[in-house]
Amino acid sequence: MPGIVQMPDKKLVGINVDRLKASGGKIKSSAALLIAIVGAFVAGSIVLLIIGQNPLIAYKELILGIVGTSYSRADTLVKATPLLIVAIAIIISFRSDMINIGGPGQMIIGAGFTTFVVLQLNYLPSVVLITLGLLAGLVAGAIWGGIAGFLHARFEVNEILSTTMLNYVAIQIMNYLLRGPMIDPVQIEQGTRIAQSPPIPVESYLPRLMPPTRLHGGLIIALVITVLAYFFLWRTTIGFRMRAVGAGKRACKFAGINVAVYSALALTISGALCGLAGAIEILGVHHRMMDGIEGGYGFSGIVVALFADLNPFGAIVSSVLFGGLLVGANAMQRAVQIPSTMVEMLNGFVLLFVLARSVLVGRKKIPTSEVTLEET
Amino acid sequence: MSDGLTLFNVLTFILASGISLSAPYLYPAIGEVFVERSGIFNLGIDGIMLLGAFASYYMVLQTESIPLGILSAILCGMLLGALMALFTVTLGGSQGIAGIGILMLGSGIANLFFKVRLGEYVFISGPKPLSIPLLSELPFFGKVFFQHNALVYGAFLLLPVSWYIINKTPIGLSLRAVGENPEAADSLGINVARIRYLALLVGGALAGLGGAYLSLVMVKSFQEGMTNGIGFIALALVYFGGWRLQGVLAGAFLFSLVNSAQVWMQLLDVNIPSDLAVMLPYLLTIIVLTLPLIRGHKPSALGEPFKREEH
Repeated sequence: MPGIVQMPDKKLVGINVDRLKASGGKIKSSAALLIAIVGAFVAGSIVLLIIGQNPLIAYKELILGIVGTSYSRADTLVKATPLLIVAIAIIISFRSDMINIGGPGQMIIGAGFTTFVVLQLNYLPSVVLITLGLLAGLVAGAIWGGIAGFLHARFEVNEILSTTMLNYVAIQIMNYLLRGPMIDPVQIEQGTRIAQSPPIPVESYLPRLMPPTRLHGGLIIALVITVLAYFFLWRTTIGFRMRAVGAGKRACKFAGINVAVYSALALTISGALCGLAGAIEILGVHHRMMDGIEGGYGFSGIVVALFADLNPFGAIVSSVLFGGLLVGANAMQRAVQIPSTMVEMLNGFVLLFVLARSVLVGRKKIPTSEVTLEET
Repeated sequence: MSDGLTLFNVLTFILASGISLSAPYLYPAIGEVFVERSGIFNLGIDGIMLLGAFASYYMVLQTESIPLGILSAILCGMLLGALMALFTVTLGGSQGIAGIGILMLGSGIANLFFKVRLGEYVFISGPKPLSIPLLSELPFFGKVFFQHNALVYGAFLLLPVSWYIINKTPIGLSLRAVGENPEAADSLGINVARIRYLALLVGGALAGLGGAYLSLVMVKSFQEGMTNGIGFIALALVYFGGWRLQGVLAGAFLFSLVNSAQVWMQLLDVNIPSDLAVMLPYLLTIIVLTLPLIRGHKPSALGEPFKREEH
């Protein structure tokens, strides 16, 4: 495609440009991925035994919960939707060597602002309202991620620390708003004071794809985002430069790429997508702002992205897998009273096993895998 | 407060609680100084702290022995520290990703264990304050410095001890060499992997201890996610403190003073929403990270995996 990719690649000393140009690396053989999953389950069963639970019963209910009914299969996709969008956000930031831990905060801020906008503009026609709602999440998330990006570019503030701190700030802001200015007046009248906003107007609901299941149009948005992200990262100059910055900052500096700007941009885009995921949770699933809206997706998305080897299309598969895990865990909790928080532990094990796998098949660091050290 | 609300009493109280509130920052941050001076960045501290908080709380519930509780927090911390070392040192994997894994693992196991075994909050009686004879009788200074529990004195004793180990002993020299230039250290016969394992074990143990302080001393119970990011703040303090213990102490004290002042403002009904007041330490962290006040020397090999080349 002439004219689209213009890069100063001759000066990129130390970076294997051909590999950067090549598409996002093949998804590692499914056998190796299976080992990571199985390994996580084996390690998890040891912990379950220590706690005094029978892992076989837990896993049986977990798997039954995933494959169970058509409702649970649709619910897997409902959970895969935010996971996929957050994973794409993580892929964009990690590929640029920006570790964005701020997914939870960016989702919360996005969800909150979306709720605010659709509640205020409830007189608008449905299509406009939905579009504005999604945009609100996108913009709010971009600002929240952009703060960390700005602090990194201007003051060299470590992005891991700033995004984590912004998570806690976001949680406190929402705690305050949902108990004060944003609380549902009904909650005050009845004296129950549950921390949640009024329900959003029906016109702003994302359309259901397969009623009566909860599957909604957010899934299509997520898939479109995935394709766009692929084109952005591998077919545009900006995307190329962001990955080049991720591959080797010093080489980029020599080549005249403004590393600080592209790093900040990566965090901003990543934040925007997490904010969008928050918006979709509001418009598609919960239909109001409430405590716990983030649902752990901000961190699970990291696992989904790394499990997919930071490959956007791979993230589609892995988001369905981990969405299923969440649905299965809820079923397990209902059936045998083993809490669904088990997923958090399993995610931790999966991450470590995926890391071990990527090391053992000869890759040193995931984001900078495209760097080859040449004598200069 | 039988003495009444004089400015002097308020000040005494803020300073005294400031001292005791700095312990949960000091333990993990001192541990992380060891870890980062060896060239490793441990993102999992917060998860290790939560597991330490749960392990010590659960042990005290079962045995009513505070020392056993503290010991189990230390052991759990070392276990996760060793796991971090396995993935980052032995396997040479990305430290950021391994850290996120440890974070999820620590908090995941703690939350799961709590829900399965307890599920409700039972309060324990924590360690009693240990008044130092004579010194605790001093006006003002007695109350501020010498009427705390043993874990607080421990944190402040740990500072000079750690300083001495890092700066004045052969093993401290090895630690710094490994963090600055692992290749050179290796060629001088220093076992890079062993030093980094050791650092992560110390870092894990101290993070676990910090967690124990939260559950045994501060809250006297366990709650899911009760660390509330203190592990991350400790991590930030190491950056803020320029990888030096003096800097870490200054940072920890700053944070605990802000915390105790914030508690006081709420007790005195100063009119700010409590949710927004709770936000202060996190905003403060972001602000101090932008300040170039204490820019120490960052260990040159921080974050870089080291693969020994066979000759």
